[in-house]
Amino acid sequence: MSSDQRAHLLDAMRPKYVGAPIKRTEDPRLLTGKGDYTADRKPDRPLHLAFLRSGQPHARIAGIDISAAQAAPGVVAVLAADDIADDFKPVIPFSRMPNYYATPIVPLACKKVRYVGEAVVAVIATSRYLAEDALELIEVDYEPLRPIARAEMAVADGAPLLHEEAGTNVLIAREFKKGNVAADLKAAAVRVSGRFEMTRKAPLAMEPRSCCAEYDKRRDAITLYTSSNIPGIVRDAISESLNLPGHRLRVVAPDVGGSFGSKGSLYPEELLICIAARKLRRSIKWTADRLEDVSSSSQAFAEVVDAEMGFDANGVATSLEADVIGDVGAFSIYPWTCGLEPVQVVSFLPGPYKIASYRGSVRGVATCKPPTGPYRGVGRPISTFVTERLMDLGARALGIDPLEIRRRNLVRAEEFPYRIASGIIWDKTGFVECLDAAAETAGYDALRKQQAEARKQGRLFGIGIASYAELTGIGSRISAAPGMPINTGSETAKITIDSTGSITAAFGVASHGQGLETTLAQIVSDDLGARFEDVRVVQGDSDEVPMSTGTYASRSAVLGGGAAKHASKLLQEKIKRVASHLLEANADDIEVHDGNAVVLGTDRAVSFKQIAKAVYSDMKTLPVEAREELSASYTYDPINGTTAAATHIAAVEVDPATCFVKILKFVVAEDCGRIINPMIVDGQVHGGVAQGIGAALFEELIYDDDGQLLSASLVDYVIPSAPEVPLMDVVHVESESAVAGGFRGMGEGGTIGAPAAIANAIADALSPLDIDVSILPMTPERIFRLIEQAKLKAKGQADD
Amino acid sequence: MANVSVTVNGEVYDVSDVEPRLLLSDFLRDRLGLTGTHVGCEHGVCGACTVLVNGDSVRSCLLLAVQTHGAEITTVEGLGSPDQLNVLQAQFREHHGLQCGFCTPGMLMTGEDLLRKYPLATDEDIREGLSGNLCRCTGYQNIVAAIRSAAALRREEKP
Repeated sequence: MSSDQRAHLLDAMRPKYVGAPIKRTEDPRLLTGKGDYTADRKPDRPLHLAFLRSGQPHARIAGIDISAAQAAPGVVAVLAADDIADDFKPVIPFSRMPNYYATPIVPLACKKVRYVGEAVVAVIATSRYLAEDALELIEVDYEPLRPIARAEMAVADGAPLLHEEAGTNVLIAREFKKGNVAADLKAAAVRVSGRFEMTRKAPLAMEPRSCCAEYDKRRDAITLYTSSNIPGIVRDAISESLNLPGHRLRVVAPDVGGSFGSKGSLYPEELLICIAARKLRRSIKWTADRLEDVSSSSQAFAEVVDAEMGFDANGVATSLEADVIGDVGAFSIYPWTCGLEPVQVVSFLPGPYKIASYRGSVRGVATCKPPTGPYRGVGRPISTFVTERLMDLGARALGIDPLEIRRRNLVRAEEFPYRIASGIIWDKTGFVECLDAAAETAGYDALRKQQAEARKQGRLFGIGIASYAELTGIGSRISAAPGMPINTGSETAKITIDSTGSITAAFGVASHGQGLETTLAQIVSDDLGARFEDVRVVQGDSDEVPMSTGTYASRSAVLGGGAAKHASKLLQEKIKRVASHLLEANADDIEVHDGNAVVLGTDRAVSFKQIAKAVYSDMKTLPVEAREELSASYTYDPINGTTAAATHIAAVEVDPATCFVKILKFVVAEDCGRIINPMIVDGQVHGGVAQGIGAALFEELIYDDDGQLLSASLVDYVIPSAPEVPLMDVVHVESESAVAGGFRGMGEGGTIGAPAAIANAIADALSPLDIDVSILPMTPERIFRLIEQAKLKAKGQADD
Repeated sequence: MANVSVTVNGEVYDVSDVEPRLLLSDFLRDRLGLTGTHVGCEHGVCGACTVLVNGDSVRSCLLLAVQTHGAEITTVEGLGSPDQLNVLQAQFREHHGLQCGFCTPGMLMTGEDLLRKYPLATDEDIREGLSGNLCRCTGYQNIVAAIRSAAALRREEKP
């Protein structure tokens, strides 16, 4: 090969689509009202389902009278637990974790209810209006039991048991240990500590959860359309529970209106709607209203962390100790278990720092609330909040700048791979690079000067930093949730060129707003050598690949992208072999780009269309043995996965009159490896940060001591609207990872860093008043109380 | 049961047997098959179901279908088509102003209303105008950019 040819080859091999801000292929349909969300399905004469949900937090069901509801207009069936007892097996969220009790998942509450919002009776009618009318006619006789509204109530002596069979309300307990923490804390020059709380949140996707079970009488088969990000897991679980083989149960996640984790577990409603469709041999639709969605979808966080960190005199963190109690709600979820959220807190508390000794213990306790489950960041928004608060407290105690103390403790470039004290291994990632880039972009020194000026005028101006690292795209060696028996370590891509020459790339991953149809097509186009517009990506459909788990845990770019790269390469080799016959050239001398196979350095070429015709249609062009189907499938497992990291910097001002926090500046410097589509990456960061702002300043599911949800409407559960979210600056430190393509997962990071950065900024702003920030959200009411208390304390000291 | 006669996206619909309690959002989606209008909260907060009734943006989950008898309604289906997006839709695509797309029809209809009625000179004006529409995916930054850009294009058109 001449050097010219080599240069030409290199030019052709250079990625053209990966790295470019390609406009999304999803957009034209979504912008014109042509999306296909679950609630938009129009099956033949569907029936409509409505659930009677428990208004009791904890009660025995003494009796249910459905007779009046059965006689109501339009009602086709009314189902309670007894009516479906023989139609399913409970789904068990199994785990090999010791000290774990797996609460069985059933479609309708059986014998007792354990939270307000739990489904008790299902009414199926000819319209949703009529189904809801009939709900009013159902009489449930409850014998109230003592509610468990708080984690501390669950572990108090004499507490009622939520699951009597478990013998305890502690559903999960674990401890991580490394080194001699007690000795290191004792030897520390400075010790800082606190009791930190991240209140319960709702992931709150804008599309409420929705299911449409489409029944096919000819085959006693069901296609379940569901607003889920784990259609493959839902298929496998329902198949097992209902004894319905996979070829008679297809689960499709069509266009899904956001999830953030709330659509990432198996739900009782998914089981019930399939049971009902089979019983009635009819298609059935159900869409949650907002109250149902908030009070029955998996919720988030809800932990209290008692933590202490020790530093040496140089500001090096030597030791960390934490006791975590997680309020996991009434049930363990499938497949992740109730360990997912609280255990992740102790797994990630040491963060990106070289803390030598560590002890982290966690208990997940049952309360009368909906289960907690995955929510963007899982565990790490609170572990980062705690660790970053402790870093700032340490910096303050030692008189070191918060930026500098992080620089002294972050794992440095030459130290990767690095095993932190909880056992997690960080692969090479730009931790310090992110810190430096964020400081530079934020103009950190100038911000500090601005702060000094503001303080002179008596203004409450603060700057907060948060650095974190996360594991993304994890493979088979690490379970996405501890001890879980399902395989979350691989994903499959199947790419086919059909007889018309067009390309379909099928995946089991399930986009719910991330734009995977676009980004996966970018990868396939580059690695196959196709034109972007010729590639159609199909995803979110259990029929497309034999097994898949879906899109969660920042995995789809790494696992789906890796599978796409490998399958593309395999298919390209087939294309080259066919082209070598057609072009009478050596396969090694053929390059593939823009939908053509070309003999290097010549103008001799055949298009994919001509290749498809030769393989599938012309009986004489190719020898029989050369007519290989133009299809390739690859299941990719990154084994360990890869790290992603970022530093967030926030500047805020607290208005002492209204106690509102205004975010003046927000900077993110993040390392997500090689960027597939910078436009989409920025969008993911913006959205994640906005959710982090919500967690830090506004959002809180408030349950009273009787277990009643007081903030179930969007008036009471306040998510940020446009005026509350500042302009964000996002910079990228693109250090390639070791997985296929060099990608790292990045969908969750925004929500991990933002709460901690804002908490630190508020604490910094309020530091002249000697106020600490240890609970989120910092609502105006909380800030008001803290300021008032600080004033009283100052007055008391003055009086003394 | 009532009869409702409405013009939706320029097309006249005479619909009989409309229950007086039927929400406009359900009427559009279930009776007319116009599922582009999304229902996000059914209590008038999220704005996903926003449509234009006689030129004003309204929440279709807070109106009864019978109240719109004789009205002219525009839904997202009445803007551009997939192969010919209107100016605002095109700017949403250009600026990545949507992710999951669920709030998008409401954002577009509110955006249309804002663009017709206000100069939208600053980002603060745009953000204030959007404050009744919730988006959980984008952090609003790119939605604001799309509307800013559409407003600039509109100003160029009408000097």
